[in-house]
Amino acid sequence: MGRGGDAMNALEVSDLSFAYGAREALRHVNFELAPGRFAALLGPNGAGKSTLIALLTRLYDLQHGDIRVGGSSLRDAPRPALKQLGVVFQQSTLDLDLSVEQNLRYHAALHGLSRRQTGIRVEAELTRQALSERRSERVRELNGGHRRRVEIARALLHEPRLLLLDEASVGLDPASRLALNQHIRNLCREQAISVLWTTHLLDEVQASDDLLILHQGRLVASGQADVLSLEHGGDLGSAFTRLTTSGAAR
Amino acid sequence: MNAYWHCFSGIVLREWLRFVLQRTRFLSALVRPLLWLLVFAAGFRAALGIAIIEPYDTYIPYEVYIIPGLACMILLFNGMQGSLSMVYDREMGSMRVLLTSPLPRTFLLCSKLLATSLISLLQVYAFLAIAWLYGVQPPATGLLIALPALLLVALMLSALGLLLSNAIRQLENFAGVMNFVIFPLFFLSSALYPLWKMREASEWLYWLCALNPFTHAVELVRFALYERFNPLALAVCVGLTILFALLAVLTFNPQHAALRKSN
Repeated sequence: MGRGGDAMNALEVSDLSFAYGAREALRHVNFELAPGRFAALLGPNGAGKSTLIALLTRLYDLQHGDIRVGGSSLRDAPRPALKQLGVVFQQSTLDLDLSVEQNLRYHAALHGLSRRQTGIRVEAELTRQALSERRSERVRELNGGHRRRVEIARALLHEPRLLLLDEASVGLDPASRLALNQHIRNLCREQAISVLWTTHLLDEVQASDDLLILHQGRLVASGQADVLSLEHGGDLGSAFTRLTTSGAAR
Repeated sequence: MNAYWHCFSGIVLREWLRFVLQRTRFLSALVRPLLWLLVFAAGFRAALGIAIIEPYDTYIPYEVYIIPGLACMILLFNGMQGSLSMVYDREMGSMRVLLTSPLPRTFLLCSKLLATSLISLLQVYAFLAIAWLYGVQPPATGLLIALPALLLVALMLSALGLLLSNAIRQLENFAGVMNFVIFPLFFLSSALYPLWKMREASEWLYWLCALNPFTHAVELVRFALYERFNPLALAVCVGLTILFALLAVLTFNPQHAALRKSN
């Protein structure tokens, strides 16, 4: 999927394997994500998505293989790699008692941004996420959709090249889910940020997306969604079913 | 270097904001030592007279004796509670955010330990202020000299908490920590009774107390509060803080928790 021409890939996962003791969670996973692309990572429960996210966010140490973010290896140069990575976790990781702005400022501090830089970046992201008027509100007072937007603003504060969203639409009503998905696509287009969007909901995938299908710890398919659909059954639903019945895991 | 400073001050600011916003937690942390002071110590005064021992210059009522131990008790509870929640509790979410920072993990963990320790000091001084009003009044300079001693003790106990929660699966709930860590550390120390009293009761009990790191923490604070220097207690506390922090950082790995859970 590295269709970025000469530009450096936003993400490269090479020969990634991971095991919990004797149980293998990921086996020889390889993929690339070009700049400015929206990639959907699909997989049934237990496919290894959470493990992959834990490795991408350095929660777990790499056992085998490597992950490169913007060309920097998470194994050899974790600092430049993490600088280029923004993450929205599946479960909310905001401080509910702190205000929107306090949450953002905390995150900027973790990335070592100066007070001046922080002011500029917080202002820009609050405006972009249409949250300026809510900056002083406690996160506890926000609805699910707004909380997600705060998390996206937070993930973009340090201007990453790659935005990782782990089942970010879970718990949202259908309208908010759709709005969030569209919002991320706009960001991807306008800011040339690469997005890795993990989900188990097929309707969040569009024909032109890069699609990665994970099943039983293996990447069983990768390519443009419409092409993959044609190759494996005609529509995305049947392709997904065909690829994720247990026999398909090669 | 600036990035480190921005990061550290951001972590301290967050702990401060949480402290300010969670007043009930702050108050409940004060209730425990105050109960000991106002109820236990008052009742015990009749039963236990304290002879002239260092660092005191005269006979002292029991309330005066027990204050350093109770100050350290606040640090002990906070240290254990804070570190446990860092690893296992709802804070796991915020821990994940902390770990996505590009700064080194060792720096992040140490900053977090230092930040929670600084906030614990506010609780200790609030307690000392109430004790002052109650009539236990160490010299004012002693209160100032005790500050670095209390910070060192807070760091030592937070690092111990983190180390224990990394190492021992059974400590995932706080009741286990109470029974197997907090109570033994607290009761087998000089917090409630001077060591010579313990020796009168039993020689082996005395040695257990004398070897307990918490005894040295209490004595460091007790001496500092009365403008005295206790080199042995300082050496033990500094040494153990470095050791605990080092081991805690080396053994900190969320992956271990995940691996244990999957087994």
